[in-house]
Amino acid sequence: MKKGSRFTPYLYILPALLVVICFRTVPILASFTASFSDYDIGGFHGFTGFENYQRMFTDARFWNSVTNTVFFVLGVVPAGIVIPLFLAMLLRGELKGKTVYRTIYFLPVVTSAVAVSVVWTWLFKPEAGPINGVITALGGDPLMWLREPRGIFEMMLAPTGLKPRGVLAGPSLALVSLMIVSVWKSVGYNTVLFLAGLENIPNTYYEAARLDGAGKWGTFRHVTWPLLSPTTFYVLIMSTIASFQTFALVYVMTPPPGGGPLGTTNVIVFYLFQKAFDRFDIGYASAISVFLFFVLLILTIIQRRVGEKRVHYS
Amino acid sequence: MRAQTVLKHFLLIAGSLIMMMPFLWMVSTSFQQGGFDNYVEAWNRVPFQTYFLNTIIVTGLTVIGVLITSSLAAYAFATMDYPGRDMMFLLFLSTMMVPQPVYLAPSYVLLSKLGWVDTYMALIVPWTANVFSIFLLRQHFKTLPKSLYEAARLDGCSRFGYLWRVALPLSRSVIATITLFNVIGSWNSFMWPLVVTHSEELRVLQVGLSYFNQEQSSNYQLLMAASTFSVLPLLILFLFAQKQLVASYSRSGMKD
Repeated sequence: MKKGSRFTPYLYILPALLVVICFRTVPILASFTASFSDYDIGGFHGFTGFENYQRMFTDARFWNSVTNTVFFVLGVVPAGIVIPLFLAMLLRGELKGKTVYRTIYFLPVVTSAVAVSVVWTWLFKPEAGPINGVITALGGDPLMWLREPRGIFEMMLAPTGLKPRGVLAGPSLALVSLMIVSVWKSVGYNTVLFLAGLENIPNTYYEAARLDGAGKWGTFRHVTWPLLSPTTFYVLIMSTIASFQTFALVYVMTPPPGGGPLGTTNVIVFYLFQKAFDRFDIGYASAISVFLFFVLLILTIIQRRVGEKRVHYS
Repeated sequence: MRAQTVLKHFLLIAGSLIMMMPFLWMVSTSFQQGGFDNYVEAWNRVPFQTYFLNTIIVTGLTVIGVLITSSLAAYAFATMDYPGRDMMFLLFLSTMMVPQPVYLAPSYVLLSKLGWVDTYMALIVPWTANVFSIFLLRQHFKTLPKSLYEAARLDGCSRFGYLWRVALPLSRSVIATITLFNVIGSWNSFMWPLVVTHSEELRVLQVGLSYFNQEQSSNYQLLMAASTFSVLPLLILFLFAQKQLVASYSRSGMKD
């Protein structure tokens, strides 16, 4: 029986460890370091303290990207919970064709974001696109979709003569178009998660509710919703984190330069990407990425804390 | 009860139509005017053959790399006892919390220092270890009974022999999950190859398609034909493995 040297375990870990250290740990630490320095196409020019951060906090385009990202998250996440939850409720239990439905809803999840974006760009085309085709056939006015910089609240209130400005104008229709695609792409994934969550609820609870004479809505409110809360909370946090990182949809559907009409689809990761690879301003881009990191870290911590306390576990 | 089932199906079919609509439009537009010639034309207008080949090479080697590094590391994390194990495991897990965009720029600088920008190395090597895959496999290895290990060792099985002949064959389902996740992730990855390659010979499918989209922005038939053949391999894979895949996704609650 070979005993193996005491170094053997390390040999097993070594390949993975090398990759993780070289291509994760080192770049992550470098990102923090670079955020405190002047690093551009010419290389490293010394440490500059908090200069990149000061610049970030006074950079209107950066705050614009934060606002757009928050709009995006606030639009995509609730829709990405309500629609999948509804679908999962329909699919729950024994239903003919369940697998077929699930497969169809799941298709966009495994489809590449680039291909999805190419197809939706065509669907949204203002001149010849099928969506406007349907709208005009129904007697409506065609919309500019991905090329519309006006905020949706501004557009809705236009007939009343009110003209909300700034944040009050809401996300541009271009950004809302991106939200629609994002929701469409992730509906199937969240549905599958909710379905798994629903099927984990023991049937005894439903029987008890039925014996108590609870109606449909009562059962949902007092049994399904509270018992499903771990899943709901998980979906909430994971889709928030994913939405904060949206890139491919924005890049392909509202291509650079700019980030959509009048910069209205310029989201954080898109802005970071432009700073890093169009301007090669690595120092500044790193400051933005550190900001992004802390936002996502805080969300993860909230998930842990609130997840333990508020969420109802059976 | 009957009426309720009908209503359910009605709603689900309406939803399915909305979900399918972009795919249906994609395919029907791709055959407009030129028919199948649109596919030939799109395929030849830019070197899609090269893009496909690159994607297959990158996906294939990445997944092989992930399977090797994950099996070895997961095995050492699950069954062996040695100083620094838990610390290293924590180090691995901590990198999972940091999303890719955060370290993208320094990674590029690192790759250019290594002289790897615009090479297969840059596309493959950084992704040959996947912490989530290591984690999944470690959890599974931990469920294998210790007596199994002891019996195998008594029969003269080496440490590696146990991994290769006993542990891995008992982990087929997890291996399949890891393979599927990494095939999909690698095939669909866009931001990384967009950043680390410049020349056309190294373009992968997603990057090639995005450039094609910019160049041919009004040539819908060709664009839809290119989109169709770009998504086809994964859609076929998905239809065959859909049960395993959906189960994996819902069990592990993990997307990319």
